[in-house]
Amino acid sequence: MIVTHSVSKAYGRTLVVDNVSLTIPGGGLTSIIGPNGAGKSTLLSLMARLLPMNAGTVTVDGLDVTQTPDAQLAQRLSILRQDNHLSSRLTVHDLVSFGRYPYSKGRLTTEDKVYIERALAYLELEPLAGRFLDELSGGQRQRAFVAMVLCQDTDYVLLDEPLNNLDMKHARGMMKILHRATRELGKTVVLVLHDINFAAWYSDRIIAMREGKVWASGSVETIIQPEMLGQIYDMEISIHRIGTRPIALFYE
Amino acid sequence: MPTDVSAKPAPEEVPAPARADSGAGAATSEQAARRVPGEGAHNQEGGVPRAANGNAQGKQAAPAARSGPACDRDTAANKRVEHPRRPRVVLAVLLVLALAAMFAFMTLGAQGSWSFILPFRATKLAALLLVAYTVAVSTVLFQTVTNNRILTPAVMGFDSLFVLGQTLLFAVLGSQATLSIDPRLRFLADTVLLVVFAGLLYRWLFSGGERSLHLLVLVGIIFGVLFRSLANFVQRILDPNEFAVLSDTLFASFNSIDKTLLAISALIVALVTLAGARLFHTFDVLALGRATAINLGVAHRRVVTLVLILVSILVAVSTALVGPVLFFGLLVSALAHYLVGSHRHRHLLPAAVLLAVVLLVGGQVVLERVFAFNTALAIVIEFLGGVVFILMILKQSRAR
Repeated sequence: MIVTHSVSKAYGRTLVVDNVSLTIPGGGLTSIIGPNGAGKSTLLSLMARLLPMNAGTVTVDGLDVTQTPDAQLAQRLSILRQDNHLSSRLTVHDLVSFGRYPYSKGRLTTEDKVYIERALAYLELEPLAGRFLDELSGGQRQRAFVAMVLCQDTDYVLLDEPLNNLDMKHARGMMKILHRATRELGKTVVLVLHDINFAAWYSDRIIAMREGKVWASGSVETIIQPEMLGQIYDMEISIHRIGTRPIALFYE
Repeated sequence: MPTDVSAKPAPEEVPAPARADSGAGAATSEQAARRVPGEGAHNQEGGVPRAANGNAQGKQAAPAARSGPACDRDTAANKRVEHPRRPRVVLAVLLVLALAAMFAFMTLGAQGSWSFILPFRATKLAALLLVAYTVAVSTVLFQTVTNNRILTPAVMGFDSLFVLGQTLLFAVLGSQATLSIDPRLRFLADTVLLVVFAGLLYRWLFSGGERSLHLLVLVGIIFGVLFRSLANFVQRILDPNEFAVLSDTLFASFNSIDKTLLAISALIVALVTLAGARLFHTFDVLALGRATAINLGVAHRRVVTLVLILVSILVAVSTALVGPVLFFGLLVSALAHYLVGSHRHRHLLPAAVLLAVVLLVGGQVVLERVFAFNTALAIVIEFLGGVVFILMILKQSRAR
């Protein structure tokens, strides 16, 4: 369970995350949606201690993220950000191996190797394992980073816009893999998404943010409503049903 | 079938037997595992390009079909795969070169009694080795924690800071008082000053978050120029006699190494190395960048501060021994990265040190004994390093 308690973050005088208190229960897939500048990515970074917060606390299974030793936290919670620029030249296999660093500090055990192979297989990266990252397409690179995070084998996986750079097919593949990870491996996946239909289709819970505040949170049914989305995005959004599942249309 | 979602044939790599139609029913799970997940959605368009690719790949597909998925994976990847033995081969070659350079340095062109020449040259060699070690290690580690390949402690003005410290000491205390202090004590005091100041400055610059590399290069160069100019300025307003004494102690070079500091330098370097060894496992992770390093459980701020302190000490040692060298570290680190082709510091660091030894000791031998030049080594190395620096900046800007 991830609990944020009155978390605030300001850049200069602009408050990007404004007194956010929320609880993300363990298990399942939680999407954070909202317009640009709503503070989604910042909130995610605060949860994963990548940014210092101005006020408030975040706990992961009762561990305060700013107090707990980094090494201990790295076995509980992992985060992947949008742009992962690397100055060193790594192969996919090398990158995924880093996922075991929190456990083995760079000396891979046979157990680690099992995890690495499993993560590569999970994201279907085996044929690319020996390739250098700078020779891959954006989508393949994205998958390699997700494989690293899965290899880290944490209960909580936070992903900041993991569908960036991915075409429709790979975006769907990524969402299926993440969804599968919550079901088969018991992970708690929290991700920032821009496409509300992806969020509606795969999420167990949705957190909607606007202007640094949590506007609403709850099940897909409660959030994917015309009035609710209209308020969050400040535009007209109609909801249609395919079978029983809601699809948002906002193209006109 | 979830396994099928992102497995799609990529035109260049997929051997014909694995090329099943993308419907889940046609692909067995084994085939799905063997397929190469690729990008381009265009290869779904129809049979023509696929057939063409299938033909082109026919030869490679044959062995794959014989020996199963493992071999199949190899054929797809072996063109670009990192050669596992390459770093070791490079290190071995460099070690041989370094030993040869050291041997030549000790023995070549000896006139007179060996009992004089050997100890005389051995001190000089020891100093050169110390400089090679400190410059190489400090540059590689600095580039690792700052996550860039262009900035070095020298470019950022670390060594100018050391010169500035010494100069200010002369300006404030006067040469009489300064020289009456034990040079080793003075060196230690200056090192501590440098560590404190550089620690604060670079911690502020590098640990707050990620900043644009271009901004950092600019800030770094401006700081370097600032420290150099300040030192120059203070030197100019010094009494000429004081200045003469100062430049005597300050402007050491590869040829006139300050020998009083050799023992204490060696001791300091040994201590730094011991401290660094405890952090060694974090280096590879730090090179991945701040966010990834934190995610993997490195206490980023603490470790980066520690590494920058160690780097400052190493720079102080090398500057005290031979004076500022601007581009040597950059040259060594760039060559090490290029030759080793691995991100692992257990390959990178030794390679950089050996390269520095080869360049410094070998260069000294070649210039002194072969060309009978005496002072040109620093110039030659700086010239080469400067060229590498410009090339790297050009490459960086083209990559964007």
